[in-house]
Amino acid sequence: MRQCFLLLLFALAACSKPAPSTQLQLDSVYPSQSGGVLVDAMIAEPSGLIPMIAAESASSAIASHIFNSLLRYDKNLELEGDLAKSWDISKDQKTITFHLKPDLKWADGKPLTSADALFTWQLVTDEKTRTPYASDFKLVIKAEAPDPLTFRVNYAQPYAPALDSWSGLQVMPEHLLKGQDINTTSFARKPVGSNYYRLAEWKNGESLVLSANPLATQGVPKIDKLVTRIIPDPAAQFLELMADNIDVMNLDPIQYSRIVPARTELKQKIALYKELGNGYTYLGFNLKHAPFDDKRVRQAINYAIDKQELIDGVLLGLGEPIASPYKPGTRWVNPQLKPYPYDPAKARQLLKEAGFVDHDADGTLVKDGKPLAFEILLNQNKERITSAVLIQRRLKEIGIKVTIRQLEWASFLGRIKSSDFDVVILGWSLSLDPDQFSIWHSSQNHPGQFNFINYNNPKVDKLLEQGRLELNPDKRMKIYHEFSRLLLEDSPIVYLFEGYGLPAIHKRIRGIDNPAPPAGIGWNSQDWYIPEPLRRKEIAP
Amino acid sequence: MKRVLANPLACWGLGITVITLLLALFAPAIAPFDPDAIDVKQILLSPSASHWMGTDGLGRDVFSRMLFGARISLMVGFVAVGIATVIGVLLGAISGYYRGWVDIFIMRLVDVMLSIPTFFLILAVIAFLTPSIWNIMIVIGLTSWMGVTRLVRAEFLSLREREFVLSTKALGAGDLRLIFWHLLPNSLTPIIVSTVLGIASAVLVESGLSFLGLGVQPPQASWGNILTDGKEYIQFAWWLSLFPGLAILFTVLGYNLLGEGLRDALDPRTTN
Amino acid sequence: MMQYVLKRVLWMGPLLIGISLISFLIMHLAPGDITTTEASFNPKTSQESIQKLRKLYHLDEPVMVQYGYWLKRMVKLDFGNSFASHQRPVFWQTKDAQGNVTKGLIQEALPITLIISFISMMLSIIISVPLGVIAARKHKKWQDNAITIFIFLGFSIPTFWLSLLLMYWLGVIHHLVPISGIHSINYDSLGAVDRIYDTTSHLFLPIVIPSLTGLAGLTLFIKNGMLDVLHQDYITTALAKGLAESTVIYKHALRNALLPLVTILGLSIPGLIGGSVISETLFAIPGMGKLFYTAVLMRDFPVIMGILTIGSALTLVGNLLADIAYAWADPRVRRGVAG
Repeated sequence: MRQCFLLLLFALAACSKPAPSTQLQLDSVYPSQSGGVLVDAMIAEPSGLIPMIAAESASSAIASHIFNSLLRYDKNLELEGDLAKSWDISKDQKTITFHLKPDLKWADGKPLTSADALFTWQLVTDEKTRTPYASDFKLVIKAEAPDPLTFRVNYAQPYAPALDSWSGLQVMPEHLLKGQDINTTSFARKPVGSNYYRLAEWKNGESLVLSANPLATQGVPKIDKLVTRIIPDPAAQFLELMADNIDVMNLDPIQYSRIVPARTELKQKIALYKELGNGYTYLGFNLKHAPFDDKRVRQAINYAIDKQELIDGVLLGLGEPIASPYKPGTRWVNPQLKPYPYDPAKARQLLKEAGFVDHDADGTLVKDGKPLAFEILLNQNKERITSAVLIQRRLKEIGIKVTIRQLEWASFLGRIKSSDFDVVILGWSLSLDPDQFSIWHSSQNHPGQFNFINYNNPKVDKLLEQGRLELNPDKRMKIYHEFSRLLLEDSPIVYLFEGYGLPAIHKRIRGIDNPAPPAGIGWNSQDWYIPEPLRRKEIAP
Repeated sequence: MKRVLANPLACWGLGITVITLLLALFAPAIAPFDPDAIDVKQILLSPSASHWMGTDGLGRDVFSRMLFGARISLMVGFVAVGIATVIGVLLGAISGYYRGWVDIFIMRLVDVMLSIPTFFLILAVIAFLTPSIWNIMIVIGLTSWMGVTRLVRAEFLSLREREFVLSTKALGAGDLRLIFWHLLPNSLTPIIVSTVLGIASAVLVESGLSFLGLGVQPPQASWGNILTDGKEYIQFAWWLSLFPGLAILFTVLGYNLLGEGLRDALDPRTTN
Repeated sequence: MMQYVLKRVLWMGPLLIGISLISFLIMHLAPGDITTTEASFNPKTSQESIQKLRKLYHLDEPVMVQYGYWLKRMVKLDFGNSFASHQRPVFWQTKDAQGNVTKGLIQEALPITLIISFISMMLSIIISVPLGVIAARKHKKWQDNAITIFIFLGFSIPTFWLSLLLMYWLGVIHHLVPISGIHSINYDSLGAVDRIYDTTSHLFLPIVIPSLTGLAGLTLFIKNGMLDVLHQDYITTALAKGLAESTVIYKHALRNALLPLVTILGLSIPGLIGGSVISETLFAIPGMGKLFYTAVLMRDFPVIMGILTIGSALTLVGNLLADIAYAWADPRVRRGVAG
């Protein structure tokens, strides 16, 4: 009997469900109004919502809606106050004093004061806290909260990246976390913050729901609820976007430029945006392995790679070439530097100078009896794989034999961290501060550190050290321009490209700043709104 | 042999497997394009006169990749099953012939291996080692010998009491001789059937692993990993999802038909 | 019979140890461990924090010692906490000082996979029994041939392919079923009946597709079983005695043919659990398969060990129950005759 009932249910389920209404007036103009739900998707589930502990992108994406830091970046990527209304730097550049905004509250109604900032600093620098981010904050030799609206920190030496670090440290509530073990507290699943949203519900493995926080420090966001669904398969995510079950998704170049424009029903309801992220993809040489210790070989390979072909082929044109390790449009980019042009003749000549000759005209360059051949290591990222194949072809044309090896992420990281590779294709995702000490300084090449290509240039070392001490932005700029110039000349890596972020957002979401300002389209997401007639009808308010 | 050909299942199975084998064997000759040739100007073209099965996300000809994928899938199938059969026959023979503690131990080992969800085990091992063709073949082989072991053991248990065995033993034949010359040849039927069916199953497992990204790695073509691409662009490039799936279905069907057909044809009971 | 059952139960202990040992050793084949992935690839991560983690998880000690730690806790059913999902217990929920309950990972994922597998299996049985009987009765006629073709297609079709096609066709083109997840976003605001409908429609494809493949095997099995039984002497006798054909088939032949079915079902448990990986990842179902896959990629050892052990334990229990049921149903075994 029970089986019959179940069968009947299946039959019912299989019957037509009414198709979602497509009669929405998606192109009309509507004034801003509050309410509505925005649904987006994530591939992985956050491990926890305490930002200093849960470092992966899934967690920080959600946590960024819940917590505030002392500072943040505005739409033009200049620092402005978040919890702080202003800040002063002392004349000797070793002390920063933050002045907090008055009447700040936590989502549970308790006041937010400098005591919370002090508590957060103590937490992040505590030996027992399992956080990867302590190093910047350990440079603070003294921190104090003389009154509820003032928080002061002292450094032993001027530390230029300090302000950027404070924009990344999210302030935690002392009254809820004091006495708890931050590594295991249930606060990670039931956080209380001060930002626009608070966590309303977390259905394990399924979704997280954030609802507007009426006590938010900066005011109330327009959209009432943010629902993030956990959909591990990107193909399924795209199908959900098509079926109108999610509103936002980051597309890949093919979806963006071939698939969406080809389907009228998609074009009608989905708007495409373009923004520059803050990272780049590169080909890195292991400078301890011959022949990559020879600058001419590195430069030759740089000339032999056609960067525009990579952008056209891999990103379908949706990216930019770079010549500095910084985001285009920011002051840290040296405007006088240009990427290495595609010049196979020059490449061949440089290799000849380095002693690589094709003796027997069989298409391979040889030196001292050994052919010029190496292995490119990468993980299973499609863009990088495609780039590798295109690079392999170009290098073959000048006589270099390249093999490609893909590894699964954890194995790949293992080999990188122990410098067990010849050449690697990887990407950097960078903070907005120009300091890149941990990547390029010669002291950072121990196993597990980030100078795994073993770059060692004393002039660059000095510039990196100076850059950390110089707080004046114009002087800093000069230091980093020179640093970029030396880096380009040395070519320890080949800058391949910087790709665009390609968000696709349902047209029901309004208020998006387009074209995207330097901070990306998300900078004013609290002002995005969904006009009432366009809201999802199935969801009860 | 006549019995085999008379059995319709076996005939169909034989036909299909022979076709796939030939296609795989002669892939380099048949394939119109180099399966690894990337052409970024021909991305995701639908099937046409020049590209019979269209192109993939990197402009590679799908038909050529399918042919070479056949080689990979079949090779994995054959080698993996080969490993499984060798292990299974050895263990089953020892177990069935010697009995006693050896038998108990081997049978418990079989129980242990049968209790662990196989796909989980394969997944874990492959993910921890590097996904490569050899690893896949070995791992599938090491996790599918249990069936053969039981079959061979069962055959040995029933055969060892038969007259021809007892008399050969009485004549002074050594153990090894008995096992390899007399008992095994008479146990061939279930081994053959199991091998053929095992190939079908191995092809399915390999394509599943490749689909998840833990099998054959790109740029090497495998039906499973062509499907992974197909998954991304399913609403746009139906050919990437349709053809590899059909190929897997067809091939696996062939081996299953052949296996079941052989079992029907060679099973002494049905000659009654 | 009691002796039989007792022997089987006693063997389960050593078997479980064997299983867990194999699983543990395999996991330590892995280059890289949780510290490689957890620290991710952020230039701000420090060396000391990685070292701290390694010490905490005993990762620097020899493998057998780590196994010893694990075994000691396993005996108390404490599978430890997940590395990747910060401190969520692997198996069962824990309560902290404030009375906050954190649910265990397997505790939440297992019921979902079990329900899906169970309903799938039931569906297979319901459909395969009549099909198998028809095929046996109409042996070598067109019904049998049609069913045989269907069976072989069922064996041979790659489930992930079928899932993909159906997901696209039924979910995107025709909007008949949802595409992923187990609940709609507005689940909580639905009434009880709507909720059942909602869950059923989400689970429709994940349940029906595995049942189709299971169906194939079972139908073949039942058909062969029936054919065997139908050729036996006692059936001919019953028919000669004048019993109606349908009585003969359903009351006598079927019951005897179905007995081994129980064993087959027991044997298919690991297949069902293992097969859940692909379908759960594709359909975003938060069950054991997806949990396992994510754990493997993150090198989350406690979760991997927990799932392998519990999955195997379930299989052992399932097989034991199946064998007990068989032994009880088969009067020969029950009375201890030639077991």
